[in-house]
Amino acid sequence: MKARPRRRHRLFALTVAATLAGAAFALAPGVAGAQETAYTAPRTADGTPDLNGIWQALNNAHWNVEPHSADFSPVRELGALGAVPGGLGVVEGGTIPYTPEALAQRDENFANRLERDPAIKCYLPGTPRATYMPYPFQIIQSRSHIMIIHEFAGAVRTIYMEDQMESPADTWMGWSNGRWEGETLVVETSGFYGQTWLDRAGNHHSTALRVVERFTPRSPETLDYHVTLEDPNVYTRPWSMRMPLYRRVEPNAELMEFRCVEFVEDLIYGHLRKKVDQ
Amino acid sequence: MHHRFRWLPSTAAVAVAATAWPVPAAVEAQPSSGAAQGSESYAVPRTADGHPDLQGFWTNQTYTPLERPEGVDKAFYTVEEVAAIESGRASREAELTVPGTIPDVHYDFTQFGLDRSQSPFARNLRTSLIVDPPDGRLPPVNAEGRRRAAAVAAERERVGRWDSAEANQLDDRCIIMRGAGPPMMNAGYNANYQIVQNRDYVMILVEMIHDARIIPLDGRPAPSERARQWMGMSRGRWEGDTLVVETTNINGKNPFNGSSDRMRVTERFTRVADDTIVYRFTVEDPLTWDRPWTAEMPMKETIGPLFEHACHEGNYGLYNTLVGARLEEQRAAEAAAREESQR
Repeated sequence: MKARPRRRHRLFALTVAATLAGAAFALAPGVAGAQETAYTAPRTADGTPDLNGIWQALNNAHWNVEPHSADFSPVRELGALGAVPGGLGVVEGGTIPYTPEALAQRDENFANRLERDPAIKCYLPGTPRATYMPYPFQIIQSRSHIMIIHEFAGAVRTIYMEDQMESPADTWMGWSNGRWEGETLVVETSGFYGQTWLDRAGNHHSTALRVVERFTPRSPETLDYHVTLEDPNVYTRPWSMRMPLYRRVEPNAELMEFRCVEFVEDLIYGHLRKKVDQ
Repeated sequence: MHHRFRWLPSTAAVAVAATAWPVPAAVEAQPSSGAAQGSESYAVPRTADGHPDLQGFWTNQTYTPLERPEGVDKAFYTVEEVAAIESGRASREAELTVPGTIPDVHYDFTQFGLDRSQSPFARNLRTSLIVDPPDGRLPPVNAEGRRRAAAVAAERERVGRWDSAEANQLDDRCIIMRGAGPPMMNAGYNANYQIVQNRDYVMILVEMIHDARIIPLDGRPAPSERARQWMGMSRGRWEGDTLVVETTNINGKNPFNGSSDRMRVTERFTRVADDTIVYRFTVEDPLTWDRPWTAEMPMKETIGPLFEHACHEGNYGLYNTLVGARLEEQRAAEAAAREESQR
């Protein structure tokens, strides 16, 4: 019986230490993961850090990037399978710094998410949303181009490591120019069409969005993903998200075709179907 | 977004840029002697991994038909003959933009540089893309293939193209282009590809509907035949300086000249010049043809970058045609009702 208070005391000390360490990690402003882990990735034949592989986020940011409680399914028939699992959020500081109008727009988006979420219609999901959707993506790396190919809707991003230019046209996935900073692949993306969302909760941006992503190997099987979003039409200041990305380590891992257009045609065009007399 | 074409010079200069496909006399005599009939002295550039470097932007846009036209009994045209065919086709393409014609209402291809004559195309002296059978024609479709074709035709008879989105063509629905491949046939326009490769993968991005083919080179076993996909599943390997890609597991929903889901495609990519990859493929499909057949075409270097082809996202065409079809039905019903009431 005597040991119990002491053990509780030690547990408390450990908890405080862990909390402080976690806070230091969360507060580190845009520091690449490598600086915490000091991990050096294997090199490609070109000598750059080797990010090749199939990767996937394992969190609930695709439901809502902000902290959120578990909630009902937006589709009654899906029951528990469609219900929203809770999440601690991936936004640094917890809250997206919306302007008041943009916040009202987000809430309206959320209220009408079944009609308005562009991903429901199999539209290209945009950047960075595609990165943390619950589908894998594959990085195929060469010296001049790094391809990011998403399973969802077969969305493709080309990251230009050479022949860089400003986006010649607005696009759904954005126009990406990349560079290496030590162990980190830094990708700047702009030229957005402005119709994509950040998650299923209606978080949004405008055509002025500029995204800076930092992919840093933190172990053979994980990447640190840090992304900063800047959009003066919608946010009062730049803000960031951070999460690990996990390698799909099964030896037969392969990106499958998820050509979702045919799965949404009835949803989009069903009301225009020819009426057949019964 | 069309600046790829903006600084292309006149048609005549483009014809020069699409350099004449080198056809040594020996090859003319032996047209199916294999892909590597480029200059044998060509030193292919290599990646840091030591494999031939196929990377870059390529097009297989062509005026050459898959099958040898009726009345042509040779495997190759002369340069003069093929130039005459190209210019004839180019002026016919221009005619399609005459005001008041349906093609003009659809798109003015010449205005946007989407017609073949303004974009780079791969000149090919062959009279057909098919090199085997030697007559340049598809083998006869077997009984099983004919049975399937008849079923497809009957279904088309039963359901009108504009009855629903699902009844329409795959390309108009932005699901997949007919020639997305494999085999990668020439799209009517935007027949552009980007190849990115490293030690373990070759990625071929098809511009139309942003279809990325991811081809593992690591010798992994064939997948379960129960997992089927529109573009199948591919396995690649190097045979000397040729990339060989074998594809199975096709779902059969985008048949290629009547092919079935048992189609097996073997593609061979050989870089024979800085601006040319010879693309050769063999199709085996016992449920459609009793013998394999092989086609070959050049892929010519073109100007990047590829643009995001967000086809489904901007598919007003499908929406508008369905609205139009329902409107026409409504008008017809109203006219019939009026006629009925006047009787």
